[in-house]
Amino acid sequence: MLSHPDLAKLIFGRLTLEALPLHVPIVMWTFVVVALGAIALLGAVTYYKLWGYLWHEWFTSIDHKKIGIMYMILGFVMLLRGFSDAIMMRGQQAVSFGASQGYLPPEHYDQIFTAHGVIMIFFVAMPMVTGLMNFVMPLQIGARDVAFPFLNNFSFWMTVAGAMLVMTSLFVGEFARTGWLAYPPLSDIMSSPDAGVDYYIWALQIAGVGTLLSGINLLVTIVKMRAPGMTLMKMPVFTWTALCTNVLIVAAFPVLTAVLAMLALDRYAGTNFFTTELGGNAMMYVNLIWIWGHPEVYILILPAFGIFSEVTATFSRKPLFGYASMVYATVVITVLSYLVWLHHFFTMGSGASVNSFFGITTMIISIPTGAKIFNWLFTMYRGRVEFELPMMWTVAFMVTFVIGGMTGVLLAVPPADFSLHNSLFLIAHFHNVIIGGVLFGLFAGITYWFPKAFGFRLDPFWGKCSFWLWVSGFYFAFMPLYMLGLMGVTRRLSHFEDSSLQIWFLIAAFGAFLIALGIACNIIQFVVSFKNRKALRDVTGDPWGGRTLEWSTSSPPPKYNFAFTPRIHDHDAWWMMKKYHWQRPLSGYLPIHMPHNTGAGFFMAVLSFVLGFAMIWYMWLLAIVAFVALLVVAIGHTFNYDREYYIPADEVGRIEQSRTDLLASHV
Amino acid sequence: MPMKLLRGLLVCVVFLLAGCQTVLMAPSGDLAVQQRDLIITSTLLMLLIIVPVIVLTLFFAWHFRASNKKAHYDPEWDHSTILELLIWAAPLLIIIALGAITWVSTHKLDPYRQLERIAVHRPVPADVRPLQINVVALDWKWLFIYPEQGIATVNELAAPVDRPIQFKITASTVMNSFFIPALAGQIYAMPGMETQLQAVINAPGEFQGFSANYSGQGFSGMHFLFHGVTEEGFAQWVQKAKASGGDLNRDAYVKLAAPSENDPVIYYATVAPGLYRAILTRCLDPENPSCMTRMDLSPHDSGDSGAMLRSGQANGMAASATHPHSD
Repeated sequence: MLSHPDLAKLIFGRLTLEALPLHVPIVMWTFVVVALGAIALLGAVTYYKLWGYLWHEWFTSIDHKKIGIMYMILGFVMLLRGFSDAIMMRGQQAVSFGASQGYLPPEHYDQIFTAHGVIMIFFVAMPMVTGLMNFVMPLQIGARDVAFPFLNNFSFWMTVAGAMLVMTSLFVGEFARTGWLAYPPLSDIMSSPDAGVDYYIWALQIAGVGTLLSGINLLVTIVKMRAPGMTLMKMPVFTWTALCTNVLIVAAFPVLTAVLAMLALDRYAGTNFFTTELGGNAMMYVNLIWIWGHPEVYILILPAFGIFSEVTATFSRKPLFGYASMVYATVVITVLSYLVWLHHFFTMGSGASVNSFFGITTMIISIPTGAKIFNWLFTMYRGRVEFELPMMWTVAFMVTFVIGGMTGVLLAVPPADFSLHNSLFLIAHFHNVIIGGVLFGLFAGITYWFPKAFGFRLDPFWGKCSFWLWVSGFYFAFMPLYMLGLMGVTRRLSHFEDSSLQIWFLIAAFGAFLIALGIACNIIQFVVSFKNRKALRDVTGDPWGGRTLEWSTSSPPPKYNFAFTPRIHDHDAWWMMKKYHWQRPLSGYLPIHMPHNTGAGFFMAVLSFVLGFAMIWYMWLLAIVAFVALLVVAIGHTFNYDREYYIPADEVGRIEQSRTDLLASHV
Repeated sequence: MPMKLLRGLLVCVVFLLAGCQTVLMAPSGDLAVQQRDLIITSTLLMLLIIVPVIVLTLFFAWHFRASNKKAHYDPEWDHSTILELLIWAAPLLIIIALGAITWVSTHKLDPYRQLERIAVHRPVPADVRPLQINVVALDWKWLFIYPEQGIATVNELAAPVDRPIQFKITASTVMNSFFIPALAGQIYAMPGMETQLQAVINAPGEFQGFSANYSGQGFSGMHFLFHGVTEEGFAQWVQKAKASGGDLNRDAYVKLAAPSENDPVIYYATVAPGLYRAILTRCLDPENPSCMTRMDLSPHDSGDSGAMLRSGQANGMAASATHPHSD
């Protein structure tokens, strides 16, 4: 029956067996390895009878802490994928000289660098940043959850659905071969007729829904749910950066959604927004995507700045130097990040006045950023700096990031950019700020808040191994790229004529190898810490001598975070409470109002994935079914009135009593 | 004294990088030389603040380590108005200086601006007109049309030393970026739009040119040699093209424009009149509905300025940049 061509087309669209990589050994082997890994994982979950636990305690959870942790896991898993892409690129560029074409033909190589960029930004950095904000921010402001707990769960699963679409493209069809921003005309239907760009569009649109909703959610949480007494200027700095980041998300992501929707219309409906024909204009796409794209950079880095602020103050045993100027610097960066987008394309023929305007606004951002660096510097000054792992990441960040900042300002000088644009110097620059800034910040934050999330610290030995390998690996991998950029080598090349360049690429590949070892140490660190969790146990809830509210509750915190909503008198709320010998109230508990778990978010994300997949392969029938089902589930969920429950006062009392006993047993 | 020191440093840095064949640090065209100087000046200016920050970071981290009980510890100290003024003022001053340099140099080194000098202290002689070269980025090779000489080449470019060159640049299908690092900075080649580059090569030799913007499958092979030659050498090169080449008429162009990779050098002895303009305005087939000379232009854009209108629209202020002397 399915051999009937029209029926097959109705059901399968343009998806045929050709789309499976049966004839491409390298992809086939990857598939086999991934499939075996997945089967082993699913088998283990079944064997240990964990499905019920995972479903009830995690997948359907609307607890901001669990969602935060799931975001971090998603980010880490996708980091492994994004990094395999990086290793493959470094490998290709290290061997592909002169007569040797390397092991990756352009059609693979071009997918790999596109996937690397897309995954690292959208499915590693974004989930990790969102995850940390999700976990930490409500605790820091003394809230019991985010403003819209169900939405939070839904946002997370939409991000997963987007990530899964990108992963699917590895084995069914192909990913985009356009670079991570998919500029038309290269990404239009004439130049990229296959499914790759459609995977790109639908993965980002679906994940983008999640990001935008999560941005609104966290923004409302900060604005409406701070504990009494926490005025804006008494918010912890991480919460301030989370506020600014979510303002940026809410203002920037709709632009991305719109520009991708227009690209999709060009590809699906034959419109001419960005085509070369019939009055379309690709420059409009370039402008719009960077109006989203530049704030995106600050969406990632601002929370990292927040992490460094918390870490530096904690481990210097001193309040953050210049709290107010830190806040103003963050706000100034937030506003300015919208005024610089054109610096990504000085070389597209803008006039000198336009170019200098955007060059100078870009440089101006370095003033508040510089002020921040000095603030951290003077936080250490007259402190007692303890070099626990988060602080080591912070010092490594400060040294590394200023170099990246400097090369960034250099690229903001338009005539310099004419020489350096799109070169490996640029690649080195943005990895310098994203690895040296965002990633180091995330590692600092993960190590710092891990005991809060799980109740035990991470093993410091393997953490230090990972630290040194990552930091040295970074320098080995990217300093040669600065050099190659000055030698006039451009990005995204899969083959070089000049074999004298090879030595630099070999050094860079060595750096990537060191980073691979660093990632291995990360994994070992998690395993070793889990095994030694008794010895690494944090019973106090305050393992580092913290300053902000999240350290006042137990590790891990109870479902309801705080038995009593705290009153705030200072931005270092917990530090002040400790200073004035605050006593934990031990009686007078009230029932606590909590939201119920629900699977609706998960189901809607699964349907979105199906919808996206159907649209990518032109399976119109399936797309309609998935879309209608999505609406039905969404509307059906609004009739679910069983949304909340109360934790009875005596249960709160029991949980708090067990903490009292625990604290007493370890004094 | 500081200027002398700076210049000394500059020479050191240049020497070091030139030793590693960094073409951007040892270019051969006046524009690229000025861009190089700008890179070095800006870097030095920023190092004024970057180096102290790195040194202080490491010093504070070491000196105020918890185990050093001799270091002064002040657990409440978190504010100093003087210091805060300083930490905002220091980067501000650097950025004011750099901003001024940026404003001036961006205008002076605007690729659309007609050259005023061939090299330091060598103004362009009054009677010299720039050599016209029209560049078309194809999938995946470069077409160079010499309207005055009436020839065209693929993947090979030549120009006389010390004669200003005016490149007009467009593309057939997707975006590329036209870049000869030794000559000058890059500029994008975009379909239906025209960008410009005014540059001059000051030394004879062979220089690498390539596309600096990823354009698809054949991108890695999209490079060419740029020959800086004497006037006689240039005449000979033109003769060679005229002697050995075929005709670049519209049919030949359509064939050439079909996607291909790692193409050899091709010479064309003649070029169909108006070919470049037809490519730019997408009027190779005059019946093409996208052909810009057919499009309804607004009243103040007369006749043949269709492409310029597009370029102006597309590039924001690009139209103003085509009249560099208007400011």
